[in-house]
Amino acid sequence: MQPSTPKRDFWRGMRDGAPFILVIIPFGGLFGVVATEAGLNVFEALTFSIVVIAGAAQFTALQLMVEDVPLLIVLISALAVNLRMAMYSAALTPHLGAAPVWQRALCAYFTIDQSFATSQLTFEREPDLPVANKVAYFLGTALAVSPLWWVATVVGALLGKSVPEWMALDFAIPITFLALLTPMLRTLPHVIAALVSIVVALVFAFLPYNLGLLVAGVAAMMAGAEAERRLTRRAAA
Amino acid sequence: MITTVEIWVAIIVIGLGSFLLRFSFTGLVGGRNLPAWVLRHLRYTAVALLPGLVAPLVVWPAATGGTPDAPRMVAAAATILVGLATRNVLAAIGAGAAGLYLTPYLVG
Repeated sequence: MQPSTPKRDFWRGMRDGAPFILVIIPFGGLFGVVATEAGLNVFEALTFSIVVIAGAAQFTALQLMVEDVPLLIVLISALAVNLRMAMYSAALTPHLGAAPVWQRALCAYFTIDQSFATSQLTFEREPDLPVANKVAYFLGTALAVSPLWWVATVVGALLGKSVPEWMALDFAIPITFLALLTPMLRTLPHVIAALVSIVVALVFAFLPYNLGLLVAGVAAMMAGAEAERRLTRRAAA
Repeated sequence: MITTVEIWVAIIVIGLGSFLLRFSFTGLVGGRNLPAWVLRHLRYTAVALLPGLVAPLVVWPAATGGTPDAPRMVAAAATILVGLATRNVLAAIGAGAAGLYLTPYLVG
């Protein structure tokens, strides 16, 4: 097979990230609506989406500010919700770490659930892809959705009224992530990690600030790594 | 009531903090090689976080006030099954959407 160019991988990233457009538009629109209801003007809502570029953290911050929670708690909570981004950064390091610092910074800015999930799936399938191609692919997955996140925020803020409830748009998010997740279950350790993640996340769901997810993430990573270690040792014996 | 100052402090601090989290490992570790045991854990980051992110949304959807809801359960199951069978992301999303919108009619 002919080696791919970064340009071609950028477009491939955009194509692979495209299914998330179905999610990003209603989600961004909803943020615009909620922001307007909380008293933000269109410019403030858009700046929020451009500077923070993380739906869950943005919703958390707005929700708590509306409830008149002290600002310091608002900031800590929103950042706690985004702690998983540090884990994403760690997982991306073997793939993007060798890139020039400005490219790494650009990828860091565009690290969202969707770009991470799409890229990680491809990088695992094609570990030998050159780093320039991986950067291009990653930015493609991000640019398939991020600009629409900003546009949808503005549209939502301008319309300021909710989408009809029967559409159950809240559920577009779980469905797209589940669809992306199933191809990742390639080996027994991956399946074990996923099951541990579900169980621990549900058991620790009572923890505030989304911390249950972080507990689940750490436990599931350890379970996956340990399962892999035992299976390799058994195969070697 | 949220003041303008509060909004801008929130935007700037959360934005900056989120960037530092996102840049933490790619920025500091960069091209250096990580030990094998660290890499072994990192291989499972995606399957360790995404199911945990989705599970509470499936079991206790915010839209129903946290009450488990048949269409959402069916949609999740259909997405997983079709995803496993076809390994095709779009087919899985289609199955999930079909489950979500058709279940109310089938159950009545």
